[in-house]
Amino acid sequence: MSGIVDAIGIVVIIGAIKVIVAFVALLVVTLVVVWAERKIIADMQSRVGPNRWGPFGLLQTLADGMKLFFKEDFRPASADRWTYALAPVAAMVPAFLAFAVVPLGDDVTIAGREIDLVVTDINIGVLYFLAMGSLGVYGIVLAGWASGSKFPLLGGVRSTAQMISYEIALGLSLVPVVLAAGSLSMVDIVAQQADTVGNVTFFDGIPVLEQVADLFRYMPNWYIWSQWPAFAIFFISGIAETNRAPFDLPEAETELIAGFHTEYSGIRFAMFFLGEYIHVVVISAVAVTLFFGGWHGPGFDFLPWLWPLVWFMLKTTVFVYLFVWLRATMPRLRYDRLMWLGWKRLIPAALVWIMVTAVVNTPGISRNIRLAVFGALFLGVVTWVFRGDPRMKDIVTPQRRTTRGVA
Amino acid sequence: MIEIIVFGVVFVVALGSSLAMLFAKNAVHAALFLVATQIALALAFLLEGGQFIAAIQIIVYAGAIMVLFLFVIMLLGVDKKEPLIEPLTGQRPLAIGLGAVLAAEMLWVAWRGIEFAAGGGDAAGRLVDTNQDPGNVLAVARVLFSKYLLPFEATSVMLVVAIVGVMVLARRMGMTTPGEVAAGAGEESDLASPGGGATG
Repeated sequence: MSGIVDAIGIVVIIGAIKVIVAFVALLVVTLVVVWAERKIIADMQSRVGPNRWGPFGLLQTLADGMKLFFKEDFRPASADRWTYALAPVAAMVPAFLAFAVVPLGDDVTIAGREIDLVVTDINIGVLYFLAMGSLGVYGIVLAGWASGSKFPLLGGVRSTAQMISYEIALGLSLVPVVLAAGSLSMVDIVAQQADTVGNVTFFDGIPVLEQVADLFRYMPNWYIWSQWPAFAIFFISGIAETNRAPFDLPEAETELIAGFHTEYSGIRFAMFFLGEYIHVVVISAVAVTLFFGGWHGPGFDFLPWLWPLVWFMLKTTVFVYLFVWLRATMPRLRYDRLMWLGWKRLIPAALVWIMVTAVVNTPGISRNIRLAVFGALFLGVVTWVFRGDPRMKDIVTPQRRTTRGVA
Repeated sequence: MIEIIVFGVVFVVALGSSLAMLFAKNAVHAALFLVATQIALALAFLLEGGQFIAAIQIIVYAGAIMVLFLFVIMLLGVDKKEPLIEPLTGQRPLAIGLGAVLAAEMLWVAWRGIEFAAGGGDAAGRLVDTNQDPGNVLAVARVLFSKYLLPFEATSVMLVVAIVGVMVLARRMGMTTPGEVAAGAGEESDLASPGGGATG
């Protein structure tokens, strides 16, 4: 045994164990998330939801997974053989890989060896996350093309345009956080969010705000307080990246049957499904890591290694719940409005916020300059946010129905 | 040991998929083989400690440019066999000649070693040191935003000019997009507003 360990190297073995644990954990989490989504949506729609197998229907997802696994592996005659087989894998793998840079907890000592609870802490963690996100497009594009059928192709073309557009906003929304943290490593960004905000001197001398700012001494030092515009952009484009409602145009069932995975069934469909849910978990986990302090939270003496994990999972659960809640609440966006939102609102807003963060974070800048920046920003937002909103235009000048006949 | 194995796998994949790209009959397959080559090259960069360039390689080439390639192939439907008539005569001999020059240059550099390519001295050692100490993100940023700031900004201006040029060429007069039809053709005034309201 020790011979093998020496030959391969202990670092490689620890890495391999981490990868396997993360993989299995994500699979289990997916089972729970799928069940939770069905239960939550059922609750919101006054239904019961899965309740047959296991307590509260908990094993329903497992049953569905086994059913999909044993189904016939069907491939349409007009499909492109290898690309058709590659697409589900290409949809699933990047979602798993993206999780590798998310830190789950503090360092743990196992058998005298310090182990950090992150698969790998590379110094370009944020870029790595974006790189895996950009590879995630392939699964859907290839599925759309390789199925050799009209509806998947339409879904694939839509999703390419959508994901490329929102990838830009997603990447730009992370720049301010990186600017504030001064590091691209997720572990460093989490470390920056330890402790409380502390003494805020910005409002000194202003009667009421001064007292309010005092409360920041008890607030955890999360980036959400200073970077909430970045978070808003990140979360909206994150939902678009995962192709979930209200941005689920690539698989819009009312118009495209099932979009890019119309022709898929059995285990290949299960892979798409898995990829989507892993992606939801990963976006939630990254949101927690970058904006909500990651695994930081009150720790206790009892089982000290456990609390960071618990806090991390609780925070991530909140965001997964938000994803489900949005799906149950929001209608699907129309395609041109989706593009309008991405290109004309999120990307310019992200660019402006990068500039604001760059100015405000410059060391030694005076308070007057900061106030001027915030004032200009406020004016800009007020004059700009709803200008050109198609919905606003519809309210002001209602369109005449020229295409409809007489009812 | 592990490094040699990874190195071997990466370069077999890179070389194999670039050859497969050349001989693939289907345009989508060729694009996919190019993606495989680029991912393999990113892994090769990682192996050398160039984490930043590896991430950029995947984000820019594999994640953006190749997706656009596929998008265009899918939209235009050029996944049929191309006709073998060349619009420009004399391409082949020229390509063979230039390819030979490039191959000779690469062989020359490989023969003289990395020290020669990176300007003499213990260049490989310096590279390793730089990757270790400030890390390559910082190192690239320091050089890019100090010594090479002017060329860098000039390149970005050039790219913006190219984008504006493409938009002017592609936007035919009197043509409306579906968005304009739906929103009531108010695009022009709206296009100007993000810059105006945003940077102010």
